[in-house]
Amino acid sequence: MNYLLIIGITLFVVLSIAAGLIWIERRLLSVWQDRLGPNRVGPFGLFQVIADTIKLFFKEDWVPPFSDKPVFILAPGILMVTILLTFAVIPFAPDFYVFDSNIGILFFLGNSSLGVYSIVLGGWASNNKYSFIGAMRASAQMLTYEVFMGLSLMGVVMMADSFSFRAIVEAQKDCWFIIPQFFGFVVFFIAGVAETHRLPFDIPEAEGELIAGYHSEYSGMKFGMFFVGEYLGVTLISAIIATLFFGGWLGPSFLPPAFWFFLKTFFFIFVFILLRASLPRPRYDQLMSLGWKLLLPLALLNILITGAVLLFLK
Amino acid sequence: MSSESLILFFIVGAVFVGAVLIFSSLVPPKSKNPQKSEAYECGIPTTGITWLQFNIGYYLFAILFLVFDVETVFVFPWAVVMKELGMIAFVEIIIFFVILGLGLLYAWKKHALIWE
Repeated sequence: MNYLLIIGITLFVVLSIAAGLIWIERRLLSVWQDRLGPNRVGPFGLFQVIADTIKLFFKEDWVPPFSDKPVFILAPGILMVTILLTFAVIPFAPDFYVFDSNIGILFFLGNSSLGVYSIVLGGWASNNKYSFIGAMRASAQMLTYEVFMGLSLMGVVMMADSFSFRAIVEAQKDCWFIIPQFFGFVVFFIAGVAETHRLPFDIPEAEGELIAGYHSEYSGMKFGMFFVGEYLGVTLISAIIATLFFGGWLGPSFLPPAFWFFLKTFFFIFVFILLRASLPRPRYDQLMSLGWKLLLPLALLNILITGAVLLFLK
Repeated sequence: MSSESLILFFIVGAVFVGAVLIFSSLVPPKSKNPQKSEAYECGIPTTGITWLQFNIGYYLFAILFLVFDVETVFVFPWAVVMKELGMIAFVEIIIFFVILGLGLLYAWKKHALIWE
């Protein structure tokens, strides 16, 4: 297939999933909270997404005169570009991927570290105390969760002998890595929730404490980019969990491989939304000590046990 | 497929994001109001400057982060070839982890992992 076409399809699919998630999340939350949710625009309120996008496009895009203007404008762009770029290395199907990188996992980890800059810079450039506190919290959260996000994936890398997402999926033909790498999965999932700043770890935003956290001063489409960027992040982490621990496109052959990939991805997206609906936000120091005192030692132990078992079996 | 597709993907993505930013700065209506140039803070005028020096409670966390992030960099290349390197490299990694674990334990006992 022509790779221009693949690039176009990948961007279109990923962006429409992220935009559609806004509707899906609102509908699902309303189901769990025993109310109706958006149901006026189009069938089941499906066109709410389009209405919201048009509204955001034509809202005034206010750049506050007291802000650091170039950084303020750049910050939402950094978030969108780094997350979109990571989708390039994720294979949707055996022959459908933008770039089969032999350092796919490193590429993902690097991009997710860069993504934090957008939040820290956006909060700093806003010149608003709430945004500033949000940015500081985001950087502290990154300091904690970045470390064992990488370590939790090393068990998978050791079993597949590769950093490439494609090779890792193919190594799961006999057994999905969720079974031997259960602790790696748990640690990565928690780190992923913290990485995307989703509830219960949405401490940089914490609308009850900090107005809207790092994007308090943003409006119009710049706010929309932070908003869609969050959903892109959820899609990305779900896709990576599905690829690394649940066999990616692998599944019974009566349906196309891409179907299985998206089925697994959507399952984890729903888990993300269910987490938001059911869990309260922890206090700040609780989040930090959970990371340093429980998840980091767990990730290290997981590497050692995986290594010992692999060498024993060899 | 080569890395050209990755570069092309980056360009398409960046152009898309740039186009959205340019569109939203040109097309929507604009209005001026003196109150709009105040920081959004519950309606009360803001006190003092935001960009000031302050005591960050997680300074020690940042140092620990530096140590453990470098550690992960050492673990990455070992993880990908660990089956070929075999027992000797595994024992070395255990020693490496024990030293780091002692460091973490020391920081823990010194109450560096408590938010102050």
